[in-house]
Amino acid sequence: MIKVGFYPGCSMKGGAREYQESVTALAKVFDIELVEVPDWNCCGATAAHNLNKELSLSLPARIMALAEKEGITDIVVPCAACYNRLSVTQHELAEDPSLTVKVASIIELKYEGTTNILNIIQFIDKYITDRLAEKVVKPFDYKTACYYGCLLVRPHSILKFDRVEDPQSMDVLVRKAGANAIDWAFKTECCGAGMSVSRTDTVARLSGNILKDAVDREAEVVVVACPMCHSNLDMRRPEINKFLEKKIDVPVLYISQVLGLAVGIDAKTLGLNRHMTAVNLPEKPAKDTAVADVPQKVVNTQKTEV
Amino acid sequence: MQEFEPKIVAFVCNWCTYAGADLTGTSRTKYAANVKIIRFPCTGRIDFMILMKAFENGADGIIVSGCHPNDCHYSTGNFHARRRWIVFRNLLNFTGIDVERIQFSWVSAAEGFKWADVVNNTVKKVREIGPYENYKNIAVSTLFNEEGISDE
Amino acid sequence: MSRIGVFVCHCGENISGTVDCEKVARITGELKGVEFSTDYKYMCSDPGQTLLKEAIKEHKLDGVVVAACSPRMHEPTFRKATAEAGLNPFLCEMANIREHCSWVHPKDDLTTEKAQDLVRVMVEKVKKNKALNSIKVPVTKTALVVGGGIAGIQAALDIANCGHKVVMVERQPSIGGHMSQLSETFPTLDCSQCILTPRMVEVAQHPNITLYTYAEVESVDGFIGNFKVKIRKKSKSIDEDLCTGCGLCTTKCPQKKIPNEFERGLGLRPAIYVPFPQAVPNKPVIDRENCTYYIKGKCKVCEIVCPTKAIRFDQEDEIVEIEAGAIVMATGFDVLKTNYFPEYGYGKYKDVIDGLAFERLASASGPTQGEIRRPSDGQIPKKIVFVACAGSRDPAKGIEYCSKICCMYTAKHAMLYKHKVHDGIPYVFYMDIRAGGKNYEEFVRRTIVEDETKYIRGRVSTIYEKNGTLIVKGADTLMGGIPIEIEADMVVLATAGVANHGAEELAQTVHISYDPYKFFAEAHPKLKPVETNTAGIFLAGACQAPKDIPESVAAASGAAVKVAALFSNDQLTRDPLVAVVNRSAPPVYSQCVGCFLCQSVCPYQAIEREEIKNRNGEVIKTLARVNEGLCQGCGTCVALCRTKAIDIHGYSNQQVYTEIMALLND
Repeated sequence: MIKVGFYPGCSMKGGAREYQESVTALAKVFDIELVEVPDWNCCGATAAHNLNKELSLSLPARIMALAEKEGITDIVVPCAACYNRLSVTQHELAEDPSLTVKVASIIELKYEGTTNILNIIQFIDKYITDRLAEKVVKPFDYKTACYYGCLLVRPHSILKFDRVEDPQSMDVLVRKAGANAIDWAFKTECCGAGMSVSRTDTVARLSGNILKDAVDREAEVVVVACPMCHSNLDMRRPEINKFLEKKIDVPVLYISQVLGLAVGIDAKTLGLNRHMTAVNLPEKPAKDTAVADVPQKVVNTQKTEV
Repeated sequence: MQEFEPKIVAFVCNWCTYAGADLTGTSRTKYAANVKIIRFPCTGRIDFMILMKAFENGADGIIVSGCHPNDCHYSTGNFHARRRWIVFRNLLNFTGIDVERIQFSWVSAAEGFKWADVVNNTVKKVREIGPYENYKNIAVSTLFNEEGISDE
Repeated sequence: MSRIGVFVCHCGENISGTVDCEKVARITGELKGVEFSTDYKYMCSDPGQTLLKEAIKEHKLDGVVVAACSPRMHEPTFRKATAEAGLNPFLCEMANIREHCSWVHPKDDLTTEKAQDLVRVMVEKVKKNKALNSIKVPVTKTALVVGGGIAGIQAALDIANCGHKVVMVERQPSIGGHMSQLSETFPTLDCSQCILTPRMVEVAQHPNITLYTYAEVESVDGFIGNFKVKIRKKSKSIDEDLCTGCGLCTTKCPQKKIPNEFERGLGLRPAIYVPFPQAVPNKPVIDRENCTYYIKGKCKVCEIVCPTKAIRFDQEDEIVEIEAGAIVMATGFDVLKTNYFPEYGYGKYKDVIDGLAFERLASASGPTQGEIRRPSDGQIPKKIVFVACAGSRDPAKGIEYCSKICCMYTAKHAMLYKHKVHDGIPYVFYMDIRAGGKNYEEFVRRTIVEDETKYIRGRVSTIYEKNGTLIVKGADTLMGGIPIEIEADMVVLATAGVANHGAEELAQTVHISYDPYKFFAEAHPKLKPVETNTAGIFLAGACQAPKDIPESVAAASGAAVKVAALFSNDQLTRDPLVAVVNRSAPPVYSQCVGCFLCQSVCPYQAIEREEIKNRNGEVIKTLARVNEGLCQGCGTCVALCRTKAIDIHGYSNQQVYTEIMALLND
């Protein structure tokens, strides 16, 4: 049983419960135990860094300090916003030792900055991907639009993860689970984020345009790695339908749910019933379980070629 | 009591600071007379021995000034001078010579006013530090005999 | 015992106003070794110089100190006068008692004392001066021109027309460069090839020019006036003497589907090919990487059909060695390819092309015979978007500078498009419009007014493909930043002009400096735009920085005249204030221990290795030796030498120490 640190963040205990359920279930299949950072606090999300710099750094620093205290080296942070905040905090404190001292005194904990922060895709690639092929029993044979949103790949200079325009890491991953990941134009376009409540009309337009492109290209599923993305694309579907003046049925699944289905975990355990937009994936005729590994040219972080 | 008037030697490069000092003159900007200039093709030519020679002969202060980085007439001379200066500072401390006696500056051919400032500030600073006396303890240079300078 | 003359100038009132010149002359006249001293109103005047010359002869002076203005002003004047009096000019020095003394201090004793000090310094220095002779270096009157684009062609013709020999080296199979790829040139809309090809032919036929195409510079040794260059003539697999340029082989070659570099990938060529119909020389080369014979050992169709049996499959590269007195670098530039831009699709959209590719579409001899057609399906685009500043002026991605020519050629492209597609709509997304040349602004105005091009001030954030059209998303900043979305049939990116590939390696081979963008570095950005820091090597055209055609031509002619000036004498005369490594008798030979620290810091590669051999021819020591043809006299090596084996004339260690000691001891 491998143990990996786990920081769920607020949303995974609330509106994105199925994300945590599916991540935990998937990890179990691969003998991974997720150990929650004890006494963790909210990462501050967008609210903190809009209002108070020190607060926005102290909250994530405390989480990482607690992890260090427990001797946890790797923590998986499935929520993209939490991942972004923790990574940016780690970077800013590393650049400014005097700030580190200040923050350490605020949180009253020792902070070394040595924690390895992994987003869901990095976690899967590090601990699961090598063994994925052998455990796939039901290839996820659907046309899949992988939606990355804003926070997974930006700012590139700090996160150094995947390509900024047209990222491929999730696409490569779902192909390993048998999916037909399509090329589409709205992979990193903003969904409207936190304006879900204050400007729902904006979210309807932005998220609507995203889904429209996916549907125009005949996507059967949209896959996300972020609870905010999921919420806007899924929960705000009625507003989206109103904006587009047509009913869009395409379900939105978490990456952990896609892989979970592929390795044979049942829909209920993965929390598919919790989605607002019904997940009705048509049964595909049984195929050879061996999944051909489609060679992909581009995976690594963005390099500009002259 | 007569106020101590420091003797300051300035080692400057021909293309920038010497020209800059010329400009100070052309602009008739006045500065302290304690500083006397010796011309070099480039600050890259200046090594530790030259600075020590100045102290050995009783200079109270030294100015080394050349072209701004990237503007050196010989492209890289001033970079070497700068590196030497950084190393030399530590040696100076070790020998007991106050590091503040040497001022290192970049003065371009267009900076007439800056040269006057560098001179005035250096004179003021060295005046505060006081005269450099220790040279009297250093063995007299072989070229300098009782009658004056050798005429070989 | 020295016999030095001191001449203290009043400079009218400039010096005598604050300095007691008579006293200075009197006091310094009493210094040991000073034979004669006087003061005079205007030393630089004719009578002043006569006074100097007569004093030298009358008193048999062996050294002169003129205490006057700055040596930067009149050192050459007084050195010339000294020489005319029969005394070596380098035994004359100036003490600056005007700019550094009389003008900056008030009238008092201290000022006069300072003047005395400054004179004393120079008197003592002159005692250590050596008589020096100007250095003479022979000059080979052949110029090497690297690069056969418009700049190289212009430079070569200018130099050749001065009566000197020129060797031109071009790495493509034909000369012409990017200008041969253009359809029409701004602002006149001259047909580019029509104005270029006569020049290309002139180069080929000029009696003074030797042309090597499909060749590269392999190594450069030597120094100004005496370069030794090795040129690698890549094997064309053709015997050029037998080939008549009939072109039959190119029609019969079975390998027809190789992307044509000249057409920027829009057209195809065979493996044996002539890059374009007007190529000079108009003889084909075999692209060995794509030729069936070289890959599989089969075919040989070209050999079979060639009427003069000119095909030579086993031909090898040839190294040609030449001697040259000057080198002109004219290697030009390249443009970024569209795969540089992730937000514009990483180069995967066929209908997003760069400016040079558009030139090929617009060219009458291009892949579409001059019709603007989409590369993907050959349809004529009805809506075309031009994106200016694609890559330039962008600190975030590393190309910070402005590529200069894009505003003009974008306007030209929009104009050409509209002339060919009357019902088409051209859009241009721009940041600024830079049209500073003669008739340039008027040209852009024509595009906007007469050709109804829609100029939108804003950048394009993303381009993606949907259902065969390209969605271009940008903003209109003049309307308050409103988002604009255009469904375009084709997009032309005005990609940044960058240094040609291989520029860095070539600069290192030739020993010239280059900037962080790999453009070759000029000696001074304002006053020496066509010279480099390496004596004898000059720059012409866009290899130095992005340029349009008139500027490239002007720079090329500028470089040519520098070469002609260099060649106007059989020998080069240089200031002898250079470094020298001491030599002494065996067995020591020199204080130099051969560490070559000096060589590593010399910015001019002026330090050479000299092998000292014994009578049996065995090398005993390798010592440093200064090439006086190259040394510029900075003295960095002198300061670095651990054994003080290297010294510099005019600022030797002895001279400098003497100056210091004289200054501080009165």
